[in-house]
Amino acid sequence: MRAMVYRGPYKIRVEEKDIPKIEHPNDAIIRVTTGAICGSDLHLYHGMMPDTRVGSTFGHEFVGVVHQVGSSVQNLIPGDRVMVPFNVYCGSCWFCSRGLYSNCHNVNPNATAVGGIYGYSHTCGGYDGGQAEFVRVPFADVGPGRIPDWMDEEDAVLLTDALPTGYFGAQLGDIVEGDTVVVFGAGPVGLFAAKSAWLMGAGRVIVIDHLDYRLEKARDFAHAETFNFAEYDDIVVHLKKETDFLGADVVIDAVGAEADGNFLQHVTASKLKLQGGSPVALNWAIDSVRKGGTVSVVGAYGPMFSAVKFGDAVNKGLTLRMNQCPVKRQWPRLFEHIRNGYLKPSDLVTHRIPLEHIAEGYHLFSAKLDNIVKPLIISATA
Amino acid sequence: MTEPATPYMAGRSATPDASVALRARIPGWGVDLDPKDRPSFPREQPGIATGAHWKFPDRQPEDQPRERSIEHAMLTPAFGTSVPLKGASGAIRRYAYGRYSEGRAAHWLLLIAADRVDAWENHLASFASLRPDNPVTETGIGSEFSGHGLASRAGQRVDVNHSWMDPVIVAGPWVLAGLAGAAVLRAVRRGH
Ligand SMILES: [Zn+2]
Ligand SMILES: [Zn+2]
Repeated sequence: MRAMVYRGPYKIRVEEKDIPKIEHPNDAIIRVTTGAICGSDLHLYHGMMPDTRVGSTFGHEFVGVVHQVGSSVQNLIPGDRVMVPFNVYCGSCWFCSRGLYSNCHNVNPNATAVGGIYGYSHTCGGYDGGQAEFVRVPFADVGPGRIPDWMDEEDAVLLTDALPTGYFGAQLGDIVEGDTVVVFGAGPVGLFAAKSAWLMGAGRVIVIDHLDYRLEKARDFAHAETFNFAEYDDIVVHLKKETDFLGADVVIDAVGAEADGNFLQHVTASKLKLQGGSPVALNWAIDSVRKGGTVSVVGAYGPMFSAVKFGDAVNKGLTLRMNQCPVKRQWPRLFEHIRNGYLKPSDLVTHRIPLEHIAEGYHLFSAKLDNIVKPLIISATA
Repeated sequence: MTEPATPYMAGRSATPDASVALRARIPGWGVDLDPKDRPSFPREQPGIATGAHWKFPDRQPEDQPRERSIEHAMLTPAFGTSVPLKGASGAIRRYAYGRYSEGRAAHWLLLIAADRVDAWENHLASFASLRPDNPVTETGIGSEFSGHGLASRAGQRVDVNHSWMDPVIVAGPWVLAGLAGAAVLRAVRRGH
């Protein structure tokens, strides 16, 4: 089969690989029809995530058709069209049985602090991802769900991470009616978080980014007020003024550790890997939320330490909430919202890139060329 | 005197759009108003039907020694091994997993160091293969020309404050390796 393969920081290529095999009785092999590149894949691409091995295949957002199932699989049969949450999880451990699917203890021998994620380094379990023609899906009776007949495949692929994660980000903010919500980052997750904040009754939604074309999306798609932080000497002061010096009730960090901050942050984090990333957005979130407010973090952070302004969080009495999204718990409600027309996830898709050209896709996305918001990967066999 | 800003008094002086206006303007406004009626609330909820029909899953066979965090009591019943440990990078990784917990910076720094070693091992090995690494195609730099790259660059882009050093970082080691190779050749020639 053809598969995207990591060759080192900023370098990938498409190679011939063996079709994955059933390695566990509850595995399924899925033929991928549509995948996606996610902002958090860029952490891998930039060599920021520990134990990202040359030869591995990325991709935790994908949908496809069941190709083969293991001996204990009961809920799927070959030919089923399925969407697969980015979390690999067993459904029965201490954590899964309480709904903490992203924190499963049975699928990732490499770490206890993070669960299993498809195509997300050996730190997240060493699973190959879906930027390939076929992918192994463990615990096939637990993770994947059939794509409803009425649902677009492109909506389905956005339901494997970006939309549920954005919704979850808003939810972690504990928004109550009338709250002022600030979202840092106008990528797909930030845009979905902004939109979800309205569904939860926000009184005001403000999106911050530095790319005008993404802020335009935030206005059109998410009905948000927007500010380009590059136009302000100090975005925190600006947000204070905008909120009558109170600060936002809820701030959502939808950027993560890949934030391009100042030069020093960039060099110590991205280049020298001395920090787990540059937590510029998180620090802005801590600074611009009101005292007693909530900061919700759904941007991707690696396992290493970051220079986070914890003292300010303490002194302001903040609630910090964060996790990887337990995707499948979000599905029933999000399906309803899509059917009701409140959400149309595929509106964010800007690029459809054949698997063979994925290196160009990564470069476009990494450098944010061509007004890219969300690139999908179209399989050769689809 | 104008009213002091909000934080100096108990109530808010600025009122955002009233809910009625928001409901008219934003599709679906407020449909998930009740925090208790949102998916994945509460965070931990016992007894969710997940589809798992086992108390403890079958165990995936360990065909080769599989590294694991020393914070785990055992090898997990399922795992991926997309790239097994090998070479010098494999030795560093084995040491990082075998010696240090996830709480130790050394664990992660060794793994990051091993990643750099791994990349170099594989670049070198690729030159002895039928498909050497190609810094042009593998960096996807072609999209600078095909995907309105130059046009987008003329506007704004995310990496202005460091894009000048990216070519140095990507191409630098190749140039250095070339120079080192030339130096070795020269030394060999001088030795004869
Ligand atoms: Zn993702
Ligand atoms: Zn589990």
